[in-house]
Amino acid sequence: MSLVLVFEQVLNGLQFGIMLFLMAAGLTLIFGVMGLINLAHGSLYMVGAFAAAAVAGATGSFVLALLAALAAAAMAGAIVELAVIRRLYDRDHLDQVLATFALILIFSEGTRWIFGSFPLFLDIPTYLRGPVTLPGGIQYPLYRIALIVIGLIVAAGLGLMIARTRIGIQIRAGENDREMIAALGVDISKLYTLVFALGAALAGFAGALVGAIQSVQVGMGEPVLILAFVVIVVGGIGSIKGALVGSLLVGLTDTLGGVFLPRILNAFMDVSSAANIGSSIASMAIYILMGAVLIWRPTGLFGARL
Amino acid sequence: MMSERNLNIAVLAMFIGIPAWAYFSDEPFTITLMTRAAIFALAAVGLNLALGVGGLVSLGHAAFFGLGGYVMGILAYHAQTYTPLAEWPFLVEGTKSMPVIWLASLLLSAGLAWVIGSLSLRTTGVYFIMITLAFAQMMFFFSISWSAYGGEDGLSIYVRNNFPGLNTLDPIQFFAICFVILLAALFLSARLAKSPFGLALNAARQSPQRVETVGLNTQRLKLVAFVISGAITGLAGALFADLNRFVSPTMFSWQLSGEIMVFIIIGGVGRLFGPVVGALVFVALEHFLGGLSEFWHIYLGLLLLLIVLFGKGGLIGLICGREKVHD
Amino acid sequence: MNKKILALSTALLAAVGMNMGAAQADTKVGMITTLSGGGAGLGIDVRDGFMLAIKQSGRDDIEVVIEDDQRKPDVAVSLADKMVQSEKVDVLTGIIWSNLAMAVVPSVTAQGKFYLSPNAGPSPLAGKGCHMNYFNVAWQNDNLHEAAGAYSNDAGYKKTFILAPNYPAGKDALTGFKRFHKGEIAGELFTKLGQTDYAAEIAQIRASGADSVFFFLPGGMGIAFLKQYGGSGVDLPVVGPAFSFDQGILQAVGEAALGVVNTSQWNKDLDNETNAAFVKSFQAEYGRLPSLYASQGFDTANLLISALDKADVSDADAFRAALKAADFNSTRGDFKFGDNHHPIQNIYAREVIKEGDVFTNKTLSVALENHSDAYAADCKM
Repeated sequence: MSLVLVFEQVLNGLQFGIMLFLMAAGLTLIFGVMGLINLAHGSLYMVGAFAAAAVAGATGSFVLALLAALAAAAMAGAIVELAVIRRLYDRDHLDQVLATFALILIFSEGTRWIFGSFPLFLDIPTYLRGPVTLPGGIQYPLYRIALIVIGLIVAAGLGLMIARTRIGIQIRAGENDREMIAALGVDISKLYTLVFALGAALAGFAGALVGAIQSVQVGMGEPVLILAFVVIVVGGIGSIKGALVGSLLVGLTDTLGGVFLPRILNAFMDVSSAANIGSSIASMAIYILMGAVLIWRPTGLFGARL
Repeated sequence: MMSERNLNIAVLAMFIGIPAWAYFSDEPFTITLMTRAAIFALAAVGLNLALGVGGLVSLGHAAFFGLGGYVMGILAYHAQTYTPLAEWPFLVEGTKSMPVIWLASLLLSAGLAWVIGSLSLRTTGVYFIMITLAFAQMMFFFSISWSAYGGEDGLSIYVRNNFPGLNTLDPIQFFAICFVILLAALFLSARLAKSPFGLALNAARQSPQRVETVGLNTQRLKLVAFVISGAITGLAGALFADLNRFVSPTMFSWQLSGEIMVFIIIGGVGRLFGPVVGALVFVALEHFLGGLSEFWHIYLGLLLLLIVLFGKGGLIGLICGREKVHD
Repeated sequence: MNKKILALSTALLAAVGMNMGAAQADTKVGMITTLSGGGAGLGIDVRDGFMLAIKQSGRDDIEVVIEDDQRKPDVAVSLADKMVQSEKVDVLTGIIWSNLAMAVVPSVTAQGKFYLSPNAGPSPLAGKGCHMNYFNVAWQNDNLHEAAGAYSNDAGYKKTFILAPNYPAGKDALTGFKRFHKGEIAGELFTKLGQTDYAAEIAQIRASGADSVFFFLPGGMGIAFLKQYGGSGVDLPVVGPAFSFDQGILQAVGEAALGVVNTSQWNKDLDNETNAAFVKSFQAEYGRLPSLYASQGFDTANLLISALDKADVSDADAFRAALKAADFNSTRGDFKFGDNHHPIQNIYAREVIKEGDVFTNKTLSVALENHSDAYAADCKM
């Protein structure tokens, strides 16, 4: 295999990782600040994609569609937080898992009730269409490069926000000592609603961006949700840096595993069975990665030591 | 308020009364539904040992449920095609005999639970939830792509397996088998909870340091609980596959892990009959709500939310009030 | 006085009428199909096509019980038990997915019920596992892929890159394609079931030096693949089975699908009277264009009705013979059953076009004529 192709596949892995990061960042933030496992995070991703598809269909503008996705997901997040989630902070993980599992059912079928059972259409805007030629002669889709750039901007923005702004200080304080920051006069319930809406908006944003090159349909959130969980567990729950490293690791493992395992096995067997067995192992690769990381470091790569 | 004991008796009476009524009024499907409820209850009784007593929130019990199913599927498949399962290191033949299948699925699920448990118990909290989920996902993807036993299509068994002296294809007789096994599992878990092992496990959940100071190894206690728990859920998987005469990778899916957990929480965590009540209610909801509307999952979701938010202690908690706490 | 008598006799007449209605409703059909979750669009189309035909027949002696399998095999099995044990249906139909069909069909046919498949056609049921009470009104799973192989010969493709998800239907798809394709295979890939990102696969296609691509990626997978392929700058011609180019999902793929050739046993422009009437009435009834699945549901119901016209379902042998004769007007034009009760029919190559604002298909040519399937010889019936 040529070096160019290897490089291209690495780029694909990075790009996939960055998309995962957008999902995982919100999830890890919500867990870090509120200690909440939110299985319904994938539903917010779906809400974003559907809102974007609906607005893009009506107006034809991709930018408006992205804004709509942010707004719709943030709003759905805030409503869910006010109505359900805030009753769960003091509960154990078991209640949280069940309640957010119930939210998935409501969101999925509710979306199908509103938008029908067929996938919706959402496309890349014309100015981001087509491939560009990178140094070394690699043809790479412009939109995917845009995704990488947007993802990195979001990551940097989140990092800055947490390190530099007042909200960020409150978030960090909330992670460390809830009672103390409440005692200092910060309206903790407002902060929680805000963080939840922010996490939701990130998920919705990811859903809209990804929806343009995938399929906007009911149930699109769950596979990504599980991947995002793998990411934050590998990276260490609650750590934005962990989420970034975890996303890239998972993205690379998944992409490169799928590409190279069949080729490596091809040295020992014929093409068909190598393709078959190789892709079987590749589909388990990220879970093997996660198991290995947890056995080595039980709280993930950047998780707080117990 | 009803006492928990009376409620338990009422639930058992339903498990006997409803199938008996269905038998005499020729409603075999009701018996099938009750069998489904009994098997789900058995799976949840297994998980309840880890979750309710040991405090181990496993979101990967579908791994054992599915393994049990595949043990049944694979053994019966080789028996119905007259091919040996393995010729090396010694000859293993397929079988259609339920007791043999049960034993095999108990042992293999226990073995898998031992492996998953020893690795997962290094972590706690959310990490434990996620690593158990990851193991179940591994099994799921493996079963989908493993074409020797049907991959995603799964395996069909044309005739239900045999139990000496019974006609297992008769719904009421197969129900009786499943119900008796459920009773045995309930009995076992009641005995376990009161045994020194169960008390120590319960204490390890509430205050691990104290138990360690007494000189007990909490990790080992939890591992044993996890192994027994996995074995029981595995047995339920073998019965479930026999009920459907079919096994497929969906038995490994994370939604199934979630559902088993849902049974326990609907019924009441840590209560002996919690899983039984939960499974019964879930099967009834699935049956009646499913007929009402195409969008019945919305109602199911709302109902679950209400139970979690306002019905602490599940249905048993609602009916019988709080558990008596011994200090 | 007179009024009273009149009222009484009307009531009596009504009661008699109801009784007659009840006595006539002697054929009960159980439909198990997917109506909720991600794959619901297909089940809804099959159901709507089926019910449209029942409605048009004007018969009130066919009762259809419809249940949602949620695309879960164990739910489907449980519903099949319900249909057989509690509803006591005579005929079952409706299942969309092969894995669900494999879970349900062998056991219901073994219990003496008839099963008419409106969509899935897994190979075991066409070959060694065929059954006299099982009729497939859609296709054997390999058919459309075989036609794609035949078409790529006609189109002169010499070196094709092929990919499908790593599960039985995906492996059957690649086998089916290779069975007819005479050119070289530039590369063969199995993707993850439910995979949504195909950048890695597309890079491999680009690097392989292929002159064409064949893919089978049903549902959302196909939408994602086509959109990403469209944006990648690889512009090799693509061939695939109709599943990714069907009316229901074509709008979600958009421009990226334009010009792609896909194979199907049906299209809305097939020139026969039944089809024209079907397309028109489906649109009038439901306000959307019918899909492949809707046409299959419609044909299934018409097959059933044609058999009921000839024989009562309680006379199993006569009813079976009536089904086998397939004496109905199919939306596909000529339609008959082979010895394994699977269709012998034309499979067409169609091209995705845009009609006004709507993406749809135009029939190009016949890819395979009077095509049967590769497993028929294994069927001992």
